[in-house]
Amino acid sequence: MYGSFRLLLQVLSAQLLCVWVLGSELTFELPDNAKQCFYEDIIIGTKCTLEFQVVTGGHYDVDCRLEDPEGTTLYKEMKKQYDSFTFTAAKNGTFKFCFSNEFSTFTHKTVYFDFQVGDDPPLFPNENRVTALTQMESACVSIHEALKSVIDYQTHFRLREAQGRSRAEDLNTRVAFWSIGEAMILLVVSISQVVLLRSFFSDRKTTTTRVGS
Amino acid sequence: MMLPAAGVVFALAWIYPSHALYFHIGETEKKCFIEEIPDETMVIGKYRTQLWDKETNSFLPATPGLGMHVEIKDPETKIILSRQYGSDGRFTFTSHTPGEHQICLHSNSTKMALFAGGKLRVHLDIQVGEHTNNYPEIAAKDKLTELQLRVRQLLDQVEQIQKEQNYQRYREERFRMTSESTNQRVLWWSIAQTLILLVIGIWQMKHLKSFFEAKKLV
Repeated sequence: MYGSFRLLLQVLSAQLLCVWVLGSELTFELPDNAKQCFYEDIIIGTKCTLEFQVVTGGHYDVDCRLEDPEGTTLYKEMKKQYDSFTFTAAKNGTFKFCFSNEFSTFTHKTVYFDFQVGDDPPLFPNENRVTALTQMESACVSIHEALKSVIDYQTHFRLREAQGRSRAEDLNTRVAFWSIGEAMILLVVSISQVVLLRSFFSDRKTTTTRVGS
Repeated sequence: MMLPAAGVVFALAWIYPSHALYFHIGETEKKCFIEEIPDETMVIGKYRTQLWDKETNSFLPATPGLGMHVEIKDPETKIILSRQYGSDGRFTFTSHTPGEHQICLHSNSTKMALFAGGKLRVHLDIQVGEHTNNYPEIAAKDKLTELQLRVRQLLDQVEQIQKEQNYQRYREERFRMTSESTNQRVLWWSIAQTLILLVIGIWQMKHLKSFFEAKKLV
């Protein structure tokens, strides 16, 4: 009876472990004057991290707000380009975080965020750790953590590079557009200057004004 | 004494659904997400939708007949996947060109945008690259020991880093080309504008001089 109960508990704990998902990272477009909210159900005591970065658009800033299930604001920043916020869930329930572009009138922003909840699920969900990790295994674990941090840095580098590249491409089109525009304006203005000047003198043949001085 | 504990564990496992993040969209609204990935990278997306029920003022657990249309575009805005799934779906694709892929979701609601006041709750989970690997499954299939599985995980991570670095090199090349093009444009257009200015100035003076001479004012 005790054995079958233990089995039941193991199965149920495995199910519960499935709840601890790795974390979500998404990149989405936030139109002007828009607000986008995301929700997540978190268990009390879980350590969570919210990281966000604005990839393209305007001055590369966005408002971010994180609220707990009772509506208390845990984190609120206006016009931030990049930030990282770690907290431990003090309550059970739905946490909400919102990105707002309401201060912007015509620029769309592309926002990247990474919301990590809890730890990674273990590699072997059904293992019962009777002995401690061997040296090889703990070396593998530390390499895994280091590589995760490398991948995280790579992601942030990629986003910065995307930002720089989008600015460069924008500059390129603007230079072409404004150069052609200025050349046209130059031609139009100079030709109209001559035409206007001619029109000043064309019907005043009789009046010899002091043109020479 | 043991049974209530098991009951709590069981309840907790089902209260919190296994799909993590969720957001709300209008019934006819289209929501797009961007995934910038190197080539030959697998992406798995899982979603679950719930429809807002006005009567009970809550989200229904499952709505049969409600489907989501998933559309995925590659960096050249060519559609690589455009399919309808049920209210619970799983889509997967592998990128063949590096760059920004767009994943768009919208419901298959046939109501007009003006009349549809419904709200949809979409649970979404997108996993990219080595996160798509299901390690317990790989261990069972290839019969790997724990150490072998850990090393396999490390190999997958390193492969992802390599792909990303390679992609980074390709992007830096594009960036450099854009900067050089800007440089060229600035150079040539400045020269052209200066020349236009000089030519126009000379033409103006010549034209006006001949005009005043014709009018016998000079």
